[in-house]
Amino acid sequence: MSMNLHAVRAIYTYEMARTGRTLLQSIVSPVLSTSLYFVVFGGAIGTQMPQIHGVPYGAFVVPGLVMLLLLTESISNASFGIYFPKFVGTIYEVMSAPVSALEIVLGYVGAAATKSMILGVIALVTASLFVPLPVAHPLVMVLFLVLTSVTFSLFGFIIGIWATGFEKLMLVPTLIVMPLTFLGGSFYSIDVLPPFWRTVTQFNPVVYLVNGFRWSFFGIADAGIGVGLSLAMTFAFLAVCMAIVTWMFRTGYRLKA
Amino acid sequence: MGPNGAGKTTLISIICGIVRATAGSVTVNGHDIVTGWRAARAKIGLVPQELTIDSFESIRATLNLSRGLFGKRANPDYVDKVLKDLSLWDKRDSKLMTLSGGMKRRVLIAKALAHEPQILFLDEPTAGVDVELRRDMWDLVRELRATGVTIILTTHYIAEAEEMADRVGVITKGELTVVEDKAVLMRKLGRKQLILQLQGRLERVPAELAAYQLDLSADGSVLTYTYDTAGERTGITSLLEDLADAGIGFKDLRTEESSLEDIFVSLLREQP
Repeated sequence: MSMNLHAVRAIYTYEMARTGRTLLQSIVSPVLSTSLYFVVFGGAIGTQMPQIHGVPYGAFVVPGLVMLLLLTESISNASFGIYFPKFVGTIYEVMSAPVSALEIVLGYVGAAATKSMILGVIALVTASLFVPLPVAHPLVMVLFLVLTSVTFSLFGFIIGIWATGFEKLMLVPTLIVMPLTFLGGSFYSIDVLPPFWRTVTQFNPVVYLVNGFRWSFFGIADAGIGVGLSLAMTFAFLAVCMAIVTWMFRTGYRLKA
Repeated sequence: MGPNGAGKTTLISIICGIVRATAGSVTVNGHDIVTGWRAARAKIGLVPQELTIDSFESIRATLNLSRGLFGKRANPDYVDKVLKDLSLWDKRDSKLMTLSGGMKRRVLIAKALAHEPQILFLDEPTAGVDVELRRDMWDLVRELRATGVTIILTTHYIAEAEEMADRVGVITKGELTVVEDKAVLMRKLGRKQLILQLQGRLERVPAELAAYQLDLSADGSVLTYTYDTAGERTGITSLLEDLADAGIGFKDLRTEESSLEDIFVSLLREQP
Protein backbone atom coordinates (compact mmCIF):
# COMPACT_ATOMS: atom_id res chain seq x y z
CA MET A 1 0.00 0.00 0.00
CA SER A 2 1.43 3.37 -0.99
CA MET A 3 2.06 6.16 1.48
CA ASN A 4 -0.75 8.43 2.57
CA LEU A 5 0.94 11.63 1.45
CA HIS A 6 -2.26 13.62 1.74
CA ALA A 7 -2.17 12.90 5.46
CA VAL A 8 1.46 13.97 5.80
CA ARG A 9 0.66 17.21 4.03
CA ALA A 10 -2.52 17.76 6.07
CA ILE A 11 -0.72 17.32 9.40
CA TYR A 12 2.20 19.45 8.26
CA THR A 13 -0.04 22.26 7.00
CA TYR A 14 -2.17 22.17 10.14
CA GLU A 15 0.88 22.36 12.41
CA MET A 16 2.52 25.10 10.37
CA ALA A 17 -0.72 27.07 10.53
CA ARG A 18 -0.53 26.78 14.30
CA THR A 19 2.98 28.24 14.16
CA GLY A 20 1.78 31.03 11.91
CA ARG A 21 -1.09 31.84 14.23
CA THR A 22 1.15 32.03 17.27
CA LEU A 23 3.82 33.90 15.37
CA LEU A 24 4.57 36.33 18.15
CA GLN A 25 5.35 33.75 20.81
CA SER A 26 6.79 31.35 18.25
CA ILE A 27 9.34 33.63 16.71
CA VAL A 28 9.63 36.88 18.57
CA SER A 29 10.33 35.54 22.05
CA PRO A 30 13.17 33.12 21.13
CA VAL A 31 14.76 35.76 18.95
CA LEU A 32 14.49 38.29 21.76
CA SER A 33 16.03 35.93 24.31
CA THR A 34 18.84 35.00 21.92
CA SER A 35 19.51 38.67 21.28
CA LEU A 36 19.76 39.22 25.03
CA TYR A 37 22.40 36.51 25.22
CA PHE A 38 24.34 38.29 22.50
CA VAL A 39 24.10 41.58 24.29
CA VAL A 40 25.39 39.99 27.51
CA PHE A 41 27.96 37.51 26.17
CA GLY A 42 28.93 39.25 22.98
CA GLY A 43 28.68 42.88 23.92
CA ALA A 44 29.20 43.10 27.68
CA ILE A 45 31.26 40.07 28.73
CA GLY A 46 32.75 39.31 25.31
CA THR A 47 34.84 42.47 25.22
CA GLN A 48 36.51 41.49 28.49
CA MET A 49 37.28 37.92 27.36
CA PRO A 50 40.36 36.63 25.52
CA GLN A 51 39.92 35.00 22.13
CA ILE A 52 39.32 31.25 22.10
CA HIS A 53 41.16 29.26 19.41
CA GLY A 54 41.71 32.61 17.72
CA VAL A 55 38.00 33.48 17.59
CA PRO A 56 36.62 36.53 19.44
CA TYR A 57 34.50 35.41 22.38
CA GLY A 58 31.36 37.15 21.10
CA ALA A 59 31.48 35.12 17.88
CA PHE A 60 32.65 31.94 19.63
CA VAL A 61 29.39 31.63 21.59
CA VAL A 62 27.11 32.12 18.57
CA PRO A 63 26.99 28.46 17.43
CA GLY A 64 26.35 27.37 21.02
CA LEU A 65 23.55 29.89 21.44
CA VAL A 66 21.93 28.87 18.18
CA MET A 67 22.20 25.21 19.24
CA LEU A 68 20.58 26.05 22.58
CA LEU A 69 17.74 27.70 20.68
CA LEU A 70 17.40 24.81 18.22
CA LEU A 71 17.35 22.24 21.01
CA THR A 72 14.86 23.96 23.26
CA GLU A 73 12.58 25.04 20.40
CA SER A 74 12.64 21.66 18.65
CA ILE A 75 11.82 19.85 21.84
CA SER A 76 9.11 22.21 23.02
CA ASN A 77 7.42 22.55 19.62
CA ALA A 78 7.39 18.88 18.79
CA SER A 79 6.44 17.74 22.29
CA PHE A 80 3.60 20.24 22.50
CA GLY A 81 2.45 19.43 18.96
CA ILE A 82 1.71 15.81 19.85
CA TYR A 83 0.95 16.28 23.55
CA PHE A 84 -1.81 18.82 22.99
CA PRO A 85 -4.06 16.57 20.83
CA LYS A 86 -3.43 13.80 23.34
CA PHE A 87 -4.42 16.12 26.17
CA VAL A 88 -7.64 17.45 24.59
CA GLY A 89 -8.51 14.10 23.01
CA THR A 90 -8.39 15.08 19.34
CA ILE A 91 -5.69 12.45 18.85
CA TYR A 92 -8.56 9.98 18.34
CA GLU A 93 -8.81 11.17 14.77
CA VAL A 94 -5.15 10.60 13.95
CA MET A 95 -5.27 7.17 15.60
CA SER A 96 -8.39 6.17 13.66
CA ALA A 97 -7.13 7.49 10.33
CA PRO A 98 -5.39 5.36 7.71
CA VAL A 99 -2.06 6.92 8.66
CA SER A 100 1.11 5.01 9.48
CA ALA A 101 3.53 5.88 12.27
CA LEU A 102 6.01 7.09 9.68
CA GLU A 103 3.46 9.45 8.14
CA ILE A 104 2.43 10.83 11.52
CA VAL A 105 6.07 11.43 12.44
CA LEU A 106 6.82 13.04 9.07
CA GLY A 107 3.91 15.44 9.53
CA TYR A 108 4.45 16.44 13.15
CA VAL A 109 8.23 16.25 13.35
CA GLY A 110 8.61 17.78 9.90
CA ALA A 111 6.56 20.81 10.96
CA ALA A 112 8.39 21.19 14.29
CA ALA A 113 11.79 20.86 12.60
CA THR A 114 10.84 23.38 9.92
CA LYS A 115 9.92 25.89 12.57
CA SER A 116 13.21 25.29 14.42
CA MET A 117 15.19 25.80 11.25
CA ILE A 118 13.40 29.06 10.54
CA LEU A 119 14.15 30.21 14.10
CA GLY A 120 17.76 29.07 13.79
CA VAL A 121 18.27 31.08 10.62
CA ILE A 122 16.63 34.13 12.19
CA ALA A 123 18.91 33.79 15.22
CA LEU A 124 21.98 33.53 12.99
CA VAL A 125 20.96 36.61 11.06
CA THR A 126 20.34 38.43 14.35
CA ALA A 127 23.77 37.33 15.61
CA SER A 128 25.50 38.57 12.47
CA LEU A 129 24.20 42.03 13.32
CA PHE A 130 26.13 41.93 16.64
CA VAL A 131 29.35 40.15 15.72
CA PRO A 132 31.20 39.34 12.50
CA LEU A 133 30.16 35.82 11.59
CA PRO A 134 32.11 34.04 8.85
CA VAL A 135 30.81 30.68 7.65
CA ALA A 136 33.76 28.46 6.70
CA HIS A 137 31.76 25.40 5.67
CA PRO A 138 28.21 26.44 4.65
CA LEU A 139 27.05 22.95 3.64
CA VAL A 140 28.14 21.42 6.93
CA MET A 141 26.49 24.32 8.73
CA VAL A 142 23.19 23.65 6.96
CA LEU A 143 23.58 19.92 7.58
CA PHE A 144 23.97 20.48 11.33
CA LEU A 145 21.09 22.93 11.37
CA VAL A 146 18.78 20.42 9.66
CA LEU A 147 20.05 17.37 11.47
CA THR A 148 19.80 18.97 14.92
CA SER A 149 16.31 20.31 14.22
CA VAL A 150 15.06 16.94 12.99
CA THR A 151 16.75 14.88 15.69
CA PHE A 152 15.57 17.00 18.58
CA SER A 153 12.10 17.45 17.15
CA LEU A 154 11.93 13.68 17.10
CA PHE A 155 13.21 13.64 20.69
CA GLY A 156 10.53 16.20 21.59
CA PHE A 157 7.89 14.07 19.87
CA ILE A 158 8.93 11.16 22.11
CA ILE A 159 8.64 13.37 25.19
CA GLY A 160 5.19 14.52 24.04
CA ILE A 161 3.97 10.93 23.76
CA TRP A 162 5.61 9.96 27.04
CA ALA A 163 4.33 12.94 29.03
CA THR A 164 1.18 12.39 31.06
CA GLY A 165 0.95 15.97 32.29
CA PHE A 166 2.19 19.45 31.58
CA GLU A 167 4.82 19.19 34.35
CA LYS A 168 6.40 16.21 32.64
CA LEU A 169 6.38 18.12 29.38
CA MET A 170 8.55 20.79 30.98
CA LEU A 171 10.64 18.35 33.01
CA VAL A 172 13.01 17.07 30.34
CA PRO A 173 13.76 20.44 28.72
CA THR A 174 14.49 22.19 32.02
CA LEU A 175 16.11 19.37 33.96
CA ILE A 176 18.11 17.65 31.23
CA VAL A 177 18.45 19.67 28.06
CA MET A 178 19.21 23.03 29.64
CA PRO A 179 22.04 21.72 31.89
CA LEU A 180 23.47 19.59 29.09
CA THR A 181 23.59 22.62 26.84
CA PHE A 182 25.15 24.92 29.42
CA LEU A 183 27.70 22.24 30.32
CA GLY A 184 28.18 21.26 26.68
CA GLY A 185 30.73 23.89 25.79
CA SER A 186 28.24 26.41 24.44
CA PHE A 187 29.94 29.28 26.24
CA TYR A 188 33.47 27.92 26.69
CA SER A 189 35.95 25.55 25.15
CA ILE A 190 35.93 22.24 26.97
CA ASP A 191 39.71 22.34 26.59
CA VAL A 192 39.79 24.69 29.60
CA LEU A 193 38.25 22.02 31.84
CA PRO A 194 40.40 19.83 34.14
CA PRO A 195 41.10 16.41 32.51
CA PHE A 196 38.53 14.57 34.67
CA TRP A 197 35.67 16.90 33.76
CA ARG A 198 36.73 16.92 30.16
CA THR A 199 36.27 13.14 30.11
CA VAL A 200 32.87 13.43 31.78
CA THR A 201 31.84 16.04 29.24
CA GLN A 202 32.48 13.64 26.39
CA PHE A 203 29.38 11.73 27.46
CA ASN A 204 27.31 14.84 26.84
CA PRO A 205 25.79 14.63 23.34
CA VAL A 206 25.41 18.41 23.13
CA VAL A 207 29.20 18.77 23.13
CA TYR A 208 29.31 17.11 19.72
CA LEU A 209 26.52 19.24 18.30
CA VAL A 210 28.07 22.49 19.48
CA ASN A 211 31.56 21.53 18.33
CA GLY A 212 30.45 20.32 14.93
CA PHE A 213 28.32 23.39 14.40
CA ARG A 214 31.10 25.72 15.56
CA TRP A 215 33.56 23.98 13.23
CA SER A 216 31.30 24.78 10.28
CA PHE A 217 31.67 28.49 11.11
CA PHE A 218 35.26 28.94 12.25
CA GLY A 219 36.96 25.69 11.23
CA ILE A 220 37.95 25.10 14.85
CA ALA A 221 36.91 22.46 17.34
CA ASP A 222 37.87 21.36 20.83
CA ALA A 223 40.62 18.77 21.15
CA GLY A 224 39.62 15.26 20.10
CA ILE A 225 36.17 16.22 18.84
CA GLY A 226 36.39 16.35 15.07
CA VAL A 227 33.49 17.11 12.81
CA GLY A 228 33.28 13.46 11.73
CA LEU A 229 32.80 12.29 15.31
CA SER A 230 30.26 15.06 15.85
CA LEU A 231 28.21 13.95 12.87
CA ALA A 232 28.46 10.30 13.85
CA MET A 233 27.21 11.03 17.37
CA THR A 234 24.32 13.12 16.06
CA PHE A 235 23.28 10.38 13.65
CA ALA A 236 23.56 7.85 16.47
CA PHE A 237 21.20 9.90 18.62
CA LEU A 238 18.83 10.25 15.67
CA ALA A 239 18.86 6.47 15.25
CA VAL A 240 18.10 5.96 18.95
CA CYS A 241 15.15 8.37 18.72
CA MET A 242 13.83 6.61 15.61
CA ALA A 243 14.05 3.25 17.37
CA ILE A 244 12.11 4.59 20.36
CA VAL A 245 9.38 6.11 18.17
CA THR A 246 9.05 2.87 16.21
CA TRP A 247 8.70 0.96 19.44
CA MET A 248 6.11 3.45 20.75
CA PHE A 249 3.88 3.04 17.72
CA ARG A 250 4.33 -0.71 17.55
CA THR A 251 3.25 -1.18 21.14
CA GLY A 252 0.80 1.72 21.17
CA TYR A 253 2.69 3.11 24.18
CA ARG A 254 0.51 5.83 25.78
CA LEU A 255 -1.33 6.15 22.49
CA LYS A 256 -3.61 3.14 22.46
CA ALA A 257 -5.54 1.56 25.28
CA MET B 1 -28.13 -0.20 22.22
CA GLY B 2 -26.79 -1.12 25.57
CA PRO B 3 -26.69 0.19 29.12
CA ASN B 4 -23.86 2.37 30.39
CA GLY B 5 -20.58 0.49 30.47
CA ALA B 6 -21.84 -2.28 28.21
CA GLY B 7 -18.95 -1.82 25.79
CA LYS B 8 -20.49 0.23 22.99
CA THR B 9 -17.68 2.76 22.78
CA THR B 10 -15.01 0.13 23.35
CA LEU B 11 -16.30 -1.91 20.43
CA ILE B 12 -16.31 1.14 18.18
CA SER B 13 -12.83 2.09 19.36
CA ILE B 14 -11.55 -1.36 18.48
CA ILE B 15 -13.04 -1.19 15.00
CA CYS B 16 -11.55 2.25 14.42
CA GLY B 17 -8.10 1.33 15.69
CA ILE B 18 -8.08 3.42 18.85
CA VAL B 19 -8.16 0.47 21.22
CA ARG B 20 -6.44 -2.87 20.78
CA ALA B 21 -8.62 -5.96 20.88
CA THR B 22 -7.36 -8.57 23.31
CA ALA B 23 -8.93 -11.32 21.23
CA GLY B 24 -10.95 -11.87 18.10
CA SER B 25 -10.93 -10.22 14.71
CA VAL B 26 -12.89 -7.51 12.90
CA THR B 27 -13.44 -7.09 9.19
CA VAL B 28 -14.78 -3.92 7.60
CA ASN B 29 -16.20 -4.47 4.12
CA GLY B 30 -13.95 -7.50 3.88
CA HIS B 31 -10.82 -5.71 5.12
CA ASP B 32 -9.31 -7.06 8.32
CA ILE B 33 -8.65 -4.17 10.70
CA VAL B 34 -5.17 -5.50 11.50
CA THR B 35 -3.83 -6.79 8.18
CA GLY B 36 -5.87 -4.44 5.99
CA TRP B 37 -5.99 -1.50 8.40
CA ARG B 38 -5.46 1.19 5.83
CA ALA B 39 -8.29 0.07 3.57
CA ALA B 40 -10.57 -0.60 6.53
CA ARG B 41 -10.00 2.73 8.25
CA ALA B 42 -10.28 4.74 5.03
CA LYS B 43 -13.91 3.69 4.80
CA ILE B 44 -14.85 4.69 8.33
CA GLY B 45 -15.90 8.01 9.77
CA LEU B 46 -16.04 8.31 13.53
CA VAL B 47 -18.00 10.81 15.58
CA PRO B 48 -16.87 10.31 19.16
CA GLN B 49 -19.06 10.69 22.17
CA GLU B 50 -16.88 13.27 23.89
CA LEU B 51 -16.78 16.76 22.42
CA THR B 52 -13.09 16.64 21.68
CA ILE B 53 -12.07 19.62 19.58
CA ASP B 54 -9.02 21.73 18.96
CA SER B 55 -10.36 24.96 20.48
CA PHE B 56 -7.97 27.30 18.73
CA GLU B 57 -8.64 26.11 15.20
CA SER B 58 -11.25 27.27 12.72
CA ILE B 59 -13.94 24.86 11.58
CA ARG B 60 -12.67 24.84 8.03
CA ALA B 61 -9.08 24.10 9.05
CA THR B 62 -10.09 21.08 11.11
CA LEU B 63 -12.23 19.77 8.26
CA ASN B 64 -9.32 20.07 5.87
CA LEU B 65 -7.15 18.18 8.34
CA SER B 66 -9.71 15.40 8.63
CA ARG B 67 -9.98 15.05 4.89
CA GLY B 68 -6.22 14.88 4.43
CA LEU B 69 -5.71 12.43 7.28
CA PHE B 70 -7.99 9.96 5.57
CA GLY B 71 -5.99 10.18 2.37
CA LYS B 72 -8.38 12.32 0.37
CA ARG B 73 -7.14 15.03 -1.97
CA ALA B 74 -8.04 18.54 -0.84
CA ASN B 75 -11.45 19.49 -2.21
CA PRO B 76 -12.69 22.92 -1.06
CA ASP B 77 -16.02 22.53 -2.88
CA TYR B 78 -16.84 19.33 -1.06
CA VAL B 79 -15.78 20.73 2.30
CA ASP B 80 -17.95 23.81 1.64
CA LYS B 81 -20.88 21.53 0.88
CA VAL B 82 -20.44 19.66 4.16
CA LEU B 83 -20.28 22.99 6.00
CA LYS B 84 -23.52 24.09 4.38
CA ASP B 85 -25.29 20.77 4.91
CA LEU B 86 -24.54 20.94 8.61
CA SER B 87 -25.51 24.62 8.92
CA LEU B 88 -21.94 25.52 9.82
CA TRP B 89 -21.35 27.77 6.84
CA ASP B 90 -21.79 31.05 8.72
CA LYS B 91 -19.28 29.95 11.31
CA ARG B 92 -16.77 28.38 8.92
CA ASP B 93 -13.89 30.60 9.98
CA SER B 94 -14.80 30.85 13.66
CA LYS B 95 -12.59 29.31 16.26
CA LEU B 96 -14.07 26.14 17.68
CA MET B 97 -14.02 27.41 21.25
CA THR B 98 -16.55 30.10 20.37
CA LEU B 99 -19.17 27.55 19.36
CA SER B 100 -22.07 26.19 21.38
CA GLY B 101 -22.20 22.55 22.41
CA GLY B 102 -24.62 21.68 19.64
CA MET B 103 -22.42 23.39 17.06
CA LYS B 104 -19.38 21.52 18.32
CA ARG B 105 -21.29 18.27 17.91
CA ARG B 106 -22.03 19.25 14.33
CA VAL B 107 -18.37 20.04 13.74
CA LEU B 108 -17.44 16.54 14.86
CA ILE B 109 -19.96 15.09 12.42
CA ALA B 110 -18.68 17.40 9.68
CA LYS B 111 -15.12 16.24 10.35
CA ALA B 112 -16.18 12.63 9.95
CA LEU B 113 -18.07 13.43 6.75
CA ALA B 114 -15.25 15.53 5.32
CA HIS B 115 -13.48 12.41 4.08
CA GLU B 116 -16.56 10.83 2.48
CA PRO B 117 -16.82 7.68 4.61
CA GLN B 118 -18.90 4.69 3.57
CA ILE B 119 -19.50 3.75 7.17
CA LEU B 120 -20.23 6.30 9.86
CA PHE B 121 -20.06 5.61 13.57
CA LEU B 122 -22.11 7.99 15.66
CA ASP B 123 -21.34 7.34 19.30
CA GLU B 124 -24.29 8.68 21.27
CA PRO B 125 -24.67 11.76 19.10
CA THR B 126 -27.75 12.98 20.94
CA ALA B 127 -26.53 12.53 24.52
CA GLY B 128 -27.17 15.76 26.36
CA VAL B 129 -28.56 17.47 23.29
CA ASP B 130 -31.75 19.54 23.38
CA VAL B 131 -34.94 18.33 21.74
CA GLU B 132 -34.71 20.53 18.69
CA LEU B 133 -31.12 19.61 17.93
CA ARG B 134 -31.96 15.95 18.45
CA ARG B 135 -34.67 16.25 15.78
CA ASP B 136 -32.16 17.95 13.47
CA MET B 137 -29.68 15.19 14.13
CA TRP B 138 -32.25 12.56 13.28
CA ASP B 139 -33.09 14.32 10.03
CA LEU B 140 -29.42 14.51 9.20
CA VAL B 141 -28.93 10.82 9.85
CA ARG B 142 -31.89 10.02 7.60
CA GLU B 143 -30.45 12.15 4.81
CA LEU B 144 -27.07 10.49 5.11
CA ARG B 145 -28.67 7.09 5.11
CA ALA B 146 -30.46 8.01 1.90
CA THR B 147 -27.11 8.74 0.25
CA GLY B 148 -26.03 5.17 0.93
CA VAL B 149 -23.83 5.67 3.97
CA THR B 150 -24.06 2.86 6.50
CA ILE B 151 -24.67 4.45 9.88
CA ILE B 152 -23.97 2.74 13.14
CA LEU B 153 -25.48 4.78 15.93
CA THR B 154 -25.14 3.95 19.57
CA THR B 155 -27.62 5.24 22.03
CA HIS B 156 -29.28 4.47 25.25
CA TYR B 157 -32.36 6.36 24.26
CA ILE B 158 -34.57 3.55 23.08
CA ALA B 159 -36.95 5.97 21.41
CA GLU B 160 -34.07 6.95 19.19
CA ALA B 161 -33.41 3.39 18.06
CA GLU B 162 -37.11 2.81 17.58
CA GLU B 163 -37.35 5.93 15.48
CA MET B 164 -34.19 5.58 13.43
CA ALA B 165 -32.96 2.05 13.15
CA ASP B 166 -33.28 -0.49 10.35
CA ARG B 167 -31.48 -3.04 12.45
CA VAL B 168 -30.96 -3.15 16.17
CA GLY B 169 -28.11 -4.70 18.10
CA VAL B 170 -28.07 -5.10 21.84
CA ILE B 171 -24.78 -5.20 23.71
CA THR B 172 -24.45 -6.12 27.35
CA LYS B 173 -21.33 -6.84 29.35
CA GLY B 174 -19.21 -6.59 26.23
CA GLU B 175 -21.23 -9.07 24.25
CA LEU B 176 -23.39 -8.37 21.26
CA THR B 177 -26.29 -10.62 22.20
CA VAL B 178 -28.79 -9.70 19.51
CA VAL B 179 -28.49 -8.20 16.05
CA GLU B 180 -31.80 -8.20 14.24
CA ASP B 181 -33.93 -6.31 11.83
CA LYS B 182 -35.90 -3.93 14.01
CA ALA B 183 -39.28 -5.02 12.70
CA VAL B 184 -38.36 -8.69 13.06
CA LEU B 185 -37.01 -8.09 16.53
CA MET B 186 -40.16 -6.37 17.60
CA ARG B 187 -42.28 -9.07 16.04
CA LYS B 188 -40.23 -11.90 17.45
CA LEU B 189 -39.76 -10.63 20.95
CA GLY B 190 -42.62 -8.25 21.14
CA ARG B 191 -46.02 -9.19 22.47
CA LYS B 192 -49.37 -7.84 21.58
CA GLN B 193 -52.30 -7.43 23.85
CA LEU B 194 -55.96 -7.27 23.06
CA ILE B 195 -57.74 -5.21 25.67
CA LEU B 196 -61.48 -5.64 26.05
CA GLN B 197 -63.65 -3.16 27.92
CA LEU B 198 -66.44 -5.34 29.23
CA GLN B 199 -70.09 -4.36 29.38
CA GLY B 200 -70.53 -5.99 32.76
CA ARG B 201 -68.13 -7.01 35.48
CA LEU B 202 -66.67 -10.47 35.93
CA GLU B 203 -65.68 -11.96 39.26
CA ARG B 204 -63.12 -14.22 37.64
CA VAL B 205 -62.12 -15.54 34.23
CA PRO B 206 -64.72 -18.18 33.30
CA ALA B 207 -63.50 -21.78 33.21
CA GLU B 208 -64.43 -22.23 29.54
CA LEU B 209 -61.90 -19.50 28.64
CA ALA B 210 -59.08 -21.00 30.70
CA ALA B 211 -57.23 -22.07 27.53
CA TYR B 212 -56.49 -18.41 26.71
CA GLN B 213 -53.90 -16.31 28.43
CA LEU B 214 -56.28 -13.86 30.00
CA ASP B 215 -55.92 -11.35 32.78
CA LEU B 216 -58.83 -9.71 34.53
CA SER B 217 -58.43 -6.25 36.01
CA ALA B 218 -59.02 -5.82 39.74
CA ASP B 219 -62.46 -4.29 39.29
CA GLY B 220 -63.44 -7.02 36.80
CA SER B 221 -64.27 -4.62 33.97
CA VAL B 222 -61.24 -5.10 31.71
CA LEU B 223 -60.07 -8.35 30.19
CA THR B 224 -56.59 -8.47 28.69
CA TYR B 225 -55.52 -11.12 26.22
CA THR B 226 -51.79 -11.43 25.57
CA TYR B 227 -50.73 -13.17 22.38
CA ASP B 228 -47.58 -13.85 20.47
CA THR B 229 -47.35 -11.94 17.20
CA ALA B 230 -44.88 -14.44 15.78
CA GLY B 231 -47.41 -17.26 16.07
CA GLU B 232 -49.21 -18.66 13.06
CA ARG B 233 -52.57 -17.86 14.55
CA THR B 234 -53.24 -15.21 17.09
CA GLY B 235 -56.32 -16.90 18.50
CA ILE B 236 -58.29 -13.67 18.46
CA THR B 237 -61.12 -15.00 16.29
CA SER B 238 -61.72 -18.05 18.42
CA LEU B 239 -61.46 -16.00 21.62
CA LEU B 240 -64.11 -13.59 20.38
CA GLU B 241 -66.36 -16.50 19.40
CA ASP B 242 -65.86 -18.17 22.76
CA LEU B 243 -66.61 -14.90 24.53
CA ALA B 244 -69.86 -14.61 22.60
CA ASP B 245 -70.73 -18.23 23.50
CA ALA B 246 -70.06 -17.47 27.17
CA GLY B 247 -72.35 -14.46 26.91
CA ILE B 248 -69.67 -11.92 27.75
CA GLY B 249 -70.23 -8.66 25.90
CA PHE B 250 -67.78 -5.81 25.51
CA LYS B 251 -68.12 -2.07 24.89
CA ASP B 252 -64.78 -1.45 23.31
CA LEU B 253 -61.59 -3.13 22.26
CA ARG B 254 -58.07 -2.01 21.45
CA THR B 255 -54.68 -3.63 20.91
CA GLU B 256 -51.34 -2.68 22.43
CA GLU B 257 -47.91 -3.56 21.24
CA SER B 258 -44.83 -3.83 23.42
CA SER B 259 -42.29 -1.13 22.70
CA LEU B 260 -38.63 -1.56 21.94
CA GLU B 261 -38.07 -0.39 25.49
CA ASP B 262 -40.04 -3.34 26.91
CA ILE B 263 -38.06 -5.68 24.67
CA PHE B 264 -34.79 -4.09 25.64
CA VAL B 265 -35.51 -4.35 29.34
CA SER B 266 -36.59 -7.97 29.03
CA LEU B 267 -33.44 -8.80 27.04
CA LEU B 268 -31.27 -7.30 29.75
CA ARG B 269 -33.14 -9.25 32.42
CA GLU B 270 -32.45 -12.48 30.60
CA GLN B 271 -28.73 -11.92 31.10
CA PRO B 272 -27.23 -14.02 33.86
